[in-house]
This record gives sequence, structure tokens and C-alpha cells, in this order.
Amino acid sequence: MSDRLPGALTRRPARILLLAVALCLPPFYLDAFWLRIGLFSMAAAIGAVGLSLLSGTAGQLSLGHAFFLAVGAYGYAYLAGEPGPGLPPVIAAVLAVLLAGAAGGLFSPVAGRVKGIYLGIATLALVFLGHHVLLTADSVTGGFNGRSVPPLELGGFAFAASDPELVVLGVPFGAEERLWFLGLALFAFTWFTAGGLLRGRPGRALAALRDSETAAAVMGVDVARHRSAAFVVSSMYAGLAGVLLALAFRRVVPDYFSLALSIDYLAMIVIGGLGSVAGATAGAVFVTALPLLMTRYADQLPLVAAPGSTEGAVGPTEAARYLYGAAIVLVLLYAPDGLHGLARRVREHLRRRRPRTPATDPVPPPPQPAAAARPKEHTP
Amino acid sequence: MTGFLDNVLNGLALGAVYALVALGFVVMFKASGVLNFAHGSLLLFGGYLIAVLHDDLGFAGALALAVLATAALAGALDRFLLQRGGLDEQSAHIQTIVTIGIDILLFTDLARRIGGDLLPLGDPWGDAVTELGPVTVADSRLAAIVVSTVVIGTVFALFRFTSWGLSLRAAAEDLEAAALMGVRLGRVRAGGWALAGALAALAAVFLASFPAPGLERTTGQIALHAFPAAILGGLASPVGALAGSLLIGLTEALVVGYQSELHVLGEGFGDVAPYAVMLLVLLVRPTGLFGGKGAARV
Repeated sequence: MSDRLPGALTRRPARILLLAVALCLPPFYLDAFWLRIGLFSMAAAIGAVGLSLLSGTAGQLSLGHAFFLAVGAYGYAYLAGEPGPGLPPVIAAVLAVLLAGAAGGLFSPVAGRVKGIYLGIATLALVFLGHHVLLTADSVTGGFNGRSVPPLELGGFAFAASDPELVVLGVPFGAEERLWFLGLALFAFTWFTAGGLLRGRPGRALAALRDSETAAAVMGVDVARHRSAAFVVSSMYAGLAGVLLALAFRRVVPDYFSLALSIDYLAMIVIGGLGSVAGATAGAVFVTALPLLMTRYADQLPLVAAPGSTEGAVGPTEAARYLYGAAIVLVLLYAPDGLHGLARRVREHLRRRRPRTPATDPVPPPPQPAAAARPKEHTP
Repeated sequence: MTGFLDNVLNGLALGAVYALVALGFVVMFKASGVLNFAHGSLLLFGGYLIAVLHDDLGFAGALALAVLATAALAGALDRFLLQRGGLDEQSAHIQTIVTIGIDILLFTDLARRIGGDLLPLGDPWGDAVTELGPVTVADSRLAAIVVSTVVIGTVFALFRFTSWGLSLRAAAEDLEAAALMGVRLGRVRAGGWALAGALAALAAVFLASFPAPGLERTTGQIALHAFPAAILGGLASPVGALAGSLLIGLTEALVVGYQSELHVLGEGFGDVAPYAVMLLVLLVRPTGLFGGKGAARV
């Protein structure tokens, strides 16, 4: 149930190509505001895919994702910048991702043993302790004010605005336009690696672990090793997302990497549908873009006041939070498999309707997967 | 030495307040298998009601109304929202995440109303202090210890001696068997949630009274420290919650009290010390100090 969409896409290479071309177009038509929304969404999608592997597929509730994002972001800023070793940015980025993975690995004594809700709260500790370290280890993290992030350079090509302006097809290419393509490449990498992981042996082993640990162990799955490995891989995706976020923000501050960020990521995978790459992506775009769009169009929305207006009014950020809090509650109670499940149900509905016209036997309804076989009717 | 006694007494008072919140977590978890992430916001809701109402109704009236209202809100949230998702163990995990959504909704609304204000609760203790031999304690701290002890004792008695308590314990042991014995799971659950809500509103009083400056939007987040307290003791164990809360309260007070000696750990380590303690305990006992082993069944 986890990988329908990527599977369907690879069967139709033409559709992939079309999608890739469509995703390459925005930098030529949209301004920096929209590109930044796209960038943040892509970074969030990478992180959400990582969390989806861990919480959706392997069933390990994690509220510590913000910590691993912070390790990636700060790792890159420190390794590539001053004060710090000042490594070449590409190497620093790779090391930052590995560092996030290592942090996940260090947590494995806890992650391998502690289960369910206990694990959720244990990872909560990571966020608070990590935030404390970010605030106090001034020499590395820059303390409360954070530190600036050096731009990424790849073979002499910098992902930042350059002085002799780079113009491609009549469009000036600043930092956002360049980073868009970097984000796209990293996101494509995430999409295919995570899809492969989910479809292959590791994905099946993790799903087996989620459904029944004892049964999985009997089938020959090394429980502790797989639980830890899921944590390491998920942390590495989080680290990658952290690096991309740091590049997009150009500055990292401790307060960004708070519990609220962890909850945002949990909301993404829940709204999108647990355990699916496409769902995590959709959820990431929804959760990331919603507040930014609401802020931008606050003056045109009914019931929403412009930012900074009279006290007691519902501002755009609040309106966005109401919407997405409500989205979590409604999605979980009425469509527990999220946007991904909704999309699948709509597709199945259409597919069932189409063969009616040749007047053959009615197609029997497809067997429902166990998770969807709830007695409750889905109401829109 | 007086410094040490001061810190211990502070720690006990803090632990007593955390115990109110942590006991709430445990009651809800026993009743429903759900860990309520909206508990901090419920606490804030209770505190906010007291702050708004105490001018008109007096402190006692406002407190009574707030406790009832918070209990009703918590019970209703469970009965009309969470229970729609099913009563079995599998859906309890999903409902735990639903409470995160509820928390976002509740907190956003309360934070919008409170804004950057500090709301006084009008409690009768004010900033008075009492001399107890060599140590000086704030009256509000003493009240916290006394009230918490009485209330927690009452809750334990409810568990032990009432039919509701028996139903709750039966449901926590085995949902299906309890249902077959005629326990109305839905009602027992909602009752547990209502009780936890009442405890949260009560805890708000002590979290917002002296030496805290008043109720602010972050007061609910302080209640997050009760998470480690509840986990540390073992989520399904009321006694564990009590022990965990005292441990967390003492740790926090001592770390804050001896901050200058503990400078290596950085400023403000007191805020995160509970989490460090919890991680250490979980490393040794993955289900908490008083948590059962739980045999694996297929």
C-alpha cells in the first residue's frame, strides 16, 4: 500500500519526463516568493519522506525530527564556514548528512529498545536537549543568534547570486533560481532512493516489524538492527533536508529547530498518509506552503486580518494553524490513510466506473487492505 | 545547608504540581491507551478561565467553574472526537496524533486571546511566605504540596474503592474482557479524561501563582515537563507517575539551585534536566521504573 505512485510512474517513463520538464519551468516564470515556497516545500518533502520511513513504515513514532534537521543544518554551516574547518561546501554537505546519520546511530541504544509512545517522548528529549546545546555551545553554533550559512559551490558554480549576473534564456538566475534546481535534484534523489527502499527487502522487513515485532522476528528479521537502521536512514534524510533548508534560509537559528518543527513534520506525514513517499510529499507541500500563502494573501481572505493588525483578530499565521490543526484531526478521524489514501480511493472509483460502458460483468470491488477495513463509512 | 533544604522543598512543591499533570496523563492512558498531547493546552484553558472569571466570581468560584469546564471539555473531546476513531488498541496510536491536532487548535486560540499578557489568577496566597525553622517557603508552594497530596490521595481512593475505578482498571487490563463483563468502555474512558482535565485545571493554579509571575501563553508548555515524569514512572502506573514527578521536580530544583556549580552544562540546564534524566532511565528500563514488562503475544 505504500508505493503505488512511484511504481505507477516508472511504468510510464513519458509521464516522468513530462513531470521533470514541468518542474524545471518555474524558475523561468515565477518570482522569488514562489520559488522560495517551492524550495522550502522540497526541503520539507525530503525530511518528511525520511520521517515517513521511520514512523509510517517502521511504525516508530518520532518527535525528534527537528533535532536531526538541526544537526544537518548546523553541521553544514559549521563544516563549511568560519569559525570552523572551512571545508569545500560539497564535502561539508555530505559530511553533514553523514553526521545526522551518526547522530541517529548514537540514539540507537534507545531507539532499538524503547517502543511506541515511550519512543515518541524519548525523541522529544532529543529536541529539548539539542535546542539547549544549540543555545549554549556558542563557539560552534553561534548561540541564540545562530550563524550564517556559506553558499554551496559545485565545481566553481555557486548556488548564490553572482556579481556578473548569470542570465539563462533571458531570465536572471539569482540564488533562488539556482537553488531550485539543486532542491529538485536532491528531491528526485530522495524520491527514488526512498521508493526503492520501501519496495525492496528493507521496506518489507520494516513493515513486518510495524505490524508485529514477534512475527517479524520469527520470519528472520533482526529486530534491533532494523529499528536502529530505520532511525539512521531517517536521520540522514532529515540531515539532507536540514542542509537544503540552511542554504535556502542563508542563516540558521536555534529557535527554528523547536518542538513545533517536529510536530510540523509529523503533521506532514499524517496529512499525506503514513508510509507513502507521495503522501509525505503532498503533506510537506500542504504544511509548508499554507502559512506562507495565507500571509501573502491575508488582505484578500475573508475572516483573516492582515499581519500585525489589532489584537484579538485572527492573523494569517493563526488562521493557517487553525486550518492545519483541523486538517490533522479530520484526516485522522475520517480518512486515516491521508491524502494518499484519498487519491487512491478516487482513482479506484474512476477505474471501477470506466469498464461499465462496454457492458461486461460488473467488476468486483477490489479487496480492501486490512488497515482500511474499518467498519466506519468514509464521509466527505 | 538551608540552601539545600530550600531547594529540596522547592523541588517537592514542583514535583507535587507535576504529579497532578502526570497523574492526568496516566489516568487518560490507562483509560484509553492515548497519550494526550493536548494536556498542556487543557491546563492553559483552565488557567485562562480562572484568570478571566476570578474578578466576578471570586477565586474559589472561578476555580470551581474552571475545574468543571476543563473536565467537561476533556471528557467531550474524548467522547465526541477521539472515540469516533474506535476504542481498540490499534487506533489509540492514531488518536495520540489526533491530540496533537487538538493541541494545535486549542493552543492557537488560547495564545491568540492571551497574547503577550501576564494574567493574574487572583489566588489567595499572593506572595506571602512562611518561616519553617531555618527555611523560608512561599505559601503558594506549601499550598501546592498540601492540595496535591489531598487530591492525589482522593484520586487513588477513587481508583481503589469506586466501581468506576474498578471498571477503569479492568479496561486497562483487558479491553475485550472488560467490555464482556459489562463495562461501558466509552463512559469509563470519558470519565477518566474528565478527571484528568480537572487535575490539569488545578495544576494551572500552582504553575501560575507565586513565584511565577502569572498565567502566560507558555504556562502550558511548562506542563510538558510532566511528560518525562509520567514516562519515567511507567505510563500505566499511577504510583510511578508520583515517583517520577517527585524525581523530576527535585532534579529540576536542584539543578537550578546549584546552577553556578553546574556551569559546564550551560545556562538554563534546569529546563532540560528532566529530559536528560528520562533518557537515562529509559536506557536502563525501556518501559519506565514501574512499567510492566508486557509479555509478547502473537
